[in-house]
Amino acid sequence: MSEIIEVQNVSKSYWRDSLEISVLHNISLKVNEGEFLALMGPSGSGKTTLLNLIAGIDRPTKGKLIVAGTDIAALGESALAKWRAASVGFVFQFYNLIPVLTAFENVELPLLLTKLSKAERRKHVEDTLEIVGLGDRIHHYPKQLSGGQEQRVAIARAIVTDPVLLVADEPTGDLDRASAEEILTLMERLNKEFKKTIMMVTHDPHAAQRARIIRHLEKGDLTEGVEYENIKANI
Amino acid sequence: MRILKLIYKNTLRHKLRSSLTILGIAIAVIAFGLLRTVVTAWSVGVEAAAADRLITRHSVSFIFPLPYSYKEKIERIPGVAEVSFSNWFGGVYKDKNNFFARMAVADNIFDAYPEYEVPKDQLDVYNKERNSCVVGKDIASKYNFKLGDIITMEGDIYPGQWDFVVRGIYQPKYKTTDGTQMFFHWEYLNERMTKEMPGRANDVGWYIIKIKDPSQSATISEKVDALFKNSTAETKTETERAFNQGFLASTGAIITAMNVMSFMIIGIIMLVLGNTMIMASRERTREYAVFKTLGFSGKHMIGLILGESMFIACLGSFAGLLLVFPIVGSFEKFIPKTFFPVFYIEPITLILAVSAALFIGIAASIFPIQRVLNTKIVEGFRFVG
Ligand SMILES: Nc1ncnc2c1ncn2[C@@H]1O[C@H](COP(=O)(O)OP(=O)(O)OP(=O)(O)O)[C@@H](O)[C@H]1O
Ligand SMILES: [Mg+2]
Repeated sequence: MSEIIEVQNVSKSYWRDSLEISVLHNISLKVNEGEFLALMGPSGSGKTTLLNLIAGIDRPTKGKLIVAGTDIAALGESALAKWRAASVGFVFQFYNLIPVLTAFENVELPLLLTKLSKAERRKHVEDTLEIVGLGDRIHHYPKQLSGGQEQRVAIARAIVTDPVLLVADEPTGDLDRASAEEILTLMERLNKEFKKTIMMVTHDPHAAQRARIIRHLEKGDLTEGVEYENIKANI
Repeated sequence: MRILKLIYKNTLRHKLRSSLTILGIAIAVIAFGLLRTVVTAWSVGVEAAAADRLITRHSVSFIFPLPYSYKEKIERIPGVAEVSFSNWFGGVYKDKNNFFARMAVADNIFDAYPEYEVPKDQLDVYNKERNSCVVGKDIASKYNFKLGDIITMEGDIYPGQWDFVVRGIYQPKYKTTDGTQMFFHWEYLNERMTKEMPGRANDVGWYIIKIKDPSQSATISEKVDALFKNSTAETKTETERAFNQGFLASTGAIITAMNVMSFMIIGIIMLVLGNTMIMASRERTREYAVFKTLGFSGKHMIGLILGESMFIACLGSFAGLLLVFPIVGSFEKFIPKTFFPVFYIEPITLILAVSAALFIGIAASIFPIQRVLNTKIVEGFRFVG
């Protein structure tokens, strides 16, 4: 099985005034294609930071990141933007839908950067909203949807361009138990049925159980232990 | 296409804020148009002045008369094409408030002022009669003067009761030509003065000298004034333009102030729109981060923000332009025609207003665009409004 994510000795620091805040220390991590990985750890340990680096919306201070076959730390801004559009889907804790756009229009956004015709876009968007179970909410605005439904629209937006990698930062963090279950089931399905590699940050051990691998981040260091908690269920 | 729709939807997001901004721009455009129109109206006299006409008046002030005998002497100066003259009659027509310029003039006045167009047949009748007069079309319509009507004036500068028969109505040739004057024969005035106040017989208010070559105006002016140097009535000759400018100079400070004001309005409204755009783009910081995450480029962000700014600026200036005509129109009704003989919106005012609006649209989006472009994606997500 080939590796889709290869993090090599990556460090990340932020500067506040002239003070260096070291967030990630010399992290190395490999993730195979088709994997479903949960990244856990206490607040402030650097989970979001690591996820952002892998997804190409932030840059490492040091080290190498090879994601979906591309050395992304070496890309320029616009090449990186193109790479993101083609290779990664994003799901955020607070959905981050554009409030003035309908579910359909939100999901269509990433397709506007492709060469697809209007009819092709329409088909893609409708099919994707069908997959996430919102075929009947196409013309609803975000504020007319429940939190769980909004997150499903966000997932549809993340997968509509068919990226190989899906990153999710606490996708259930703002949802009630039942909605969270729905979202996790959907992610599982995307992983198994649609072969998406998923990297999910979560606080919730319950949510992490749904992944195949769990890794822990502590104060900027990845701990050695690799849990295959879910292996039994998968066999 | 989608981007345009998004711009449109973004504009409608805060309906009240957008409407107030649009209203503000509309009011600014109206105020700009009105101020510029007043400034134009004021300076129209100067612009309308012909370069080939000189005005000769008493060196002390033009309320002092000059002798009629000067006419012949001026006519002999080389380069002079025609000499005409005029007296300010003043007078009261029914009521003191019915003010318009009344002038006792030489018979060749309409040759000197071809911009006052009198139909040939009317002019012939006017010239044959002693107490006939020609009125401008604007006062003709205001006071409902028709050919053959008798206008009775109460003289003040020239006491007594004066009757005039309307024999001609002149059309102003250009938009900037004054259509509110009344002309009658100087002979009619002079006959009566000779009889009743012989001391004031043969007085002329000022001479109008038409010259053959406008470039000679300075030389000829000097020659005229030299001719009457050391006489009892020394003269001061200048081009009509300079003569009108002299009148303008006294109001120059006000005009400058109005000019400055009209451009200050643009500055203020730029701040208003700039503020609206800055607030809007601050609120949408996260959304811009989302767009960038999805792979949208700086160009797209510029399009979104500039587009919204221009959309608001254009709506505002369009509303302003629609309203400025009726407003200037009703303004025109309230101020006496004789105060600003010509009062209209110049095309240049419209062009200035529209380009100012476009400029404002661009300028107001500079800061928000700069901010969005300089905000990193992760900073955008961490931003709390
Ligand atoms: N842009 C930034 N500028 C400065 N410091 C930052 C920035 N982003 C993150 N940090 C700091 O880096 C550390 C790790 O942040 P990060 O968001 O990755 O943590 P996290 O593990 O995702 O925490 P949480 O579970 O609360 O989301 C924190 O101390 C945070 O304050
Ligand atoms: Mg986090």
